[in-house]
Amino acid sequence: MTTEPVKDLATDYDIFDPEYIKNPYPAWDELREKCPIPHTDRWGGSWMPTKYEDLFALAQDIEHFSSESVLVVPIEPPEGYEELEGSAQFQEVGAPPISADPPLHTWTRRLLLPPFSVKSVQKWEPLTREHCRSLVDGFIDKGRCDGAADYAQQIPGYVIANMLGIPSDQSDTFTQWVREFLEYGLQNFEMAAEARNKILTFLWQQITEKKEKPGDDLITYLVQAEVDGEPVPDQHVLGTCFLILVAGIDTTWSSIGSAIWHLAQHPEDCQRLINEPELLNTAVEELLRAYAPVTMARVVKEDIEYGGCPMKAGDKVLMSFPAANRDPEKFENPDEVIIDRENNPHIAFGAGIHRCAGSNLARMEMRVAIQEWLARIPDFKLVDPESVTWAGGQVRGPRSMPVVFG
Amino acid sequence: MRIKVDSEKCQGHNRCFVLAAELFELDEYGYATATDEGKVSPDLEDQARLAIENCPERAIEIVSEDD
Ligand code: HEM
Ligand code: SF4
Repeated sequence: MTTEPVKDLATDYDIFDPEYIKNPYPAWDELREKCPIPHTDRWGGSWMPTKYEDLFALAQDIEHFSSESVLVVPIEPPEGYEELEGSAQFQEVGAPPISADPPLHTWTRRLLLPPFSVKSVQKWEPLTREHCRSLVDGFIDKGRCDGAADYAQQIPGYVIANMLGIPSDQSDTFTQWVREFLEYGLQNFEMAAEARNKILTFLWQQITEKKEKPGDDLITYLVQAEVDGEPVPDQHVLGTCFLILVAGIDTTWSSIGSAIWHLAQHPEDCQRLINEPELLNTAVEELLRAYAPVTMARVVKEDIEYGGCPMKAGDKVLMSFPAANRDPEKFENPDEVIIDRENNPHIAFGAGIHRCAGSNLARMEMRVAIQEWLARIPDFKLVDPESVTWAGGQVRGPRSMPVVFG
Repeated sequence: MRIKVDSEKCQGHNRCFVLAAELFELDEYGYATATDEGKVSPDLEDQARLAIENCPERAIEIVSEDD
């Protein structure tokens, strides 16, 4: 692991460079012009396409690009991994469908789609709204809050816990575990392995309880589901619950946080959304486009030349959906946030067979979070734009963001 | 105008449904099909075009402009 300054973006980009995390847009612009699919040796080595058309094509090409390892850094089991609590039991547990290729992908995904359909997620809207209101109640009288930690961060963990049927008063703990796995963990494999074991141990206990005492929740749905007349193996139920927790928290929190960050600096957009609430859906899509939080990875299956790049079997390709969404060849004025942008086929949720299964839930949470915030806090700004801290790598978004109200 | 959803390409992003609920139906997995055999009345043509432009999978096609 190197922390040398970046010499040349085309051959040496660094996804964990703090400046890049804070403001990645100039790097993508430079790369699209000079070398649209750069390579780096840092962090285990990777290619990083930056053009929309390339990302779209790669996402569709499951023949040459596998999802067997989707983290942007190859996490190695740390030294002494076997001795960690839970390791022996959970070694083989994956995270289907995100970490699976067909045919395993096909049925593990199909299983997940109905509870996350547009109609199914409507059921969770009142609870989400209620929760957003109570969060605002908690800080409105102080005239200030941390828009990331006190608001955005508090929403997805609570909603997911309720959906899964696990105690939502522990959602802070889940959020902390997910950060240890997906945020800090990518630079600290020991922490990642411990966090993974903690999450799996907890979920396994919940699954065992639901088997004895079924509830009206997602874990029970998975436990009772049948595929071709057979129950779903425990290992898959566990892996899928793990995925839902990990994929649903950091991501949505980052999107809500980036939306608040944008609105804090654009009072004209706040005013418009208050006066023209029918724009909300379009605005959510535009915020997702402009501040897409998630970068996934693929593994090259066999040596292949793509876009003039000699990719070798086993190489990692970073699916930088966020860069695709800022490509001027696809989007007019890509760096401008136009909340009524009409032509917006963004791929913040990916494309192809791994399209985010939680996208309808994420959209609902974003819409409700923005609505409830603006209803009570129409006028607000960042305390100091320089003091906002960002996480990046797999998931990019603000982590601390003090704001003051009107 | 007549449109069609290519079921091989549709991945259930549901953008079409949100933009033009009259023109698309979703199954329980979120995959879309065009309502009324794809017929789009003249007053909904703009909405149909909006759905086509916003579908990230390029799954919606115009079968005929003057049907
Ligand atoms: C704004 C918030 C979110 C963003 C930007 C996002 C983004 C993504 C992206 C880009 C993928 C594609 C992965 C790939 O191509 O390898 C994905 C997959 C997935 N996401 Fe999300 N996600 C969000 C929220 C959620 C939520 C709330 C859930 C569920 C609770 C969720 C569950 C999943 C699942 C299960 C997959 C795997 C689908 C498959 O492989 O078939 N996501 N997400
Ligand atoms: S927007 Fe496209 S991919 Fe999504 S449901 Fe409609 S047709 Fe399918």
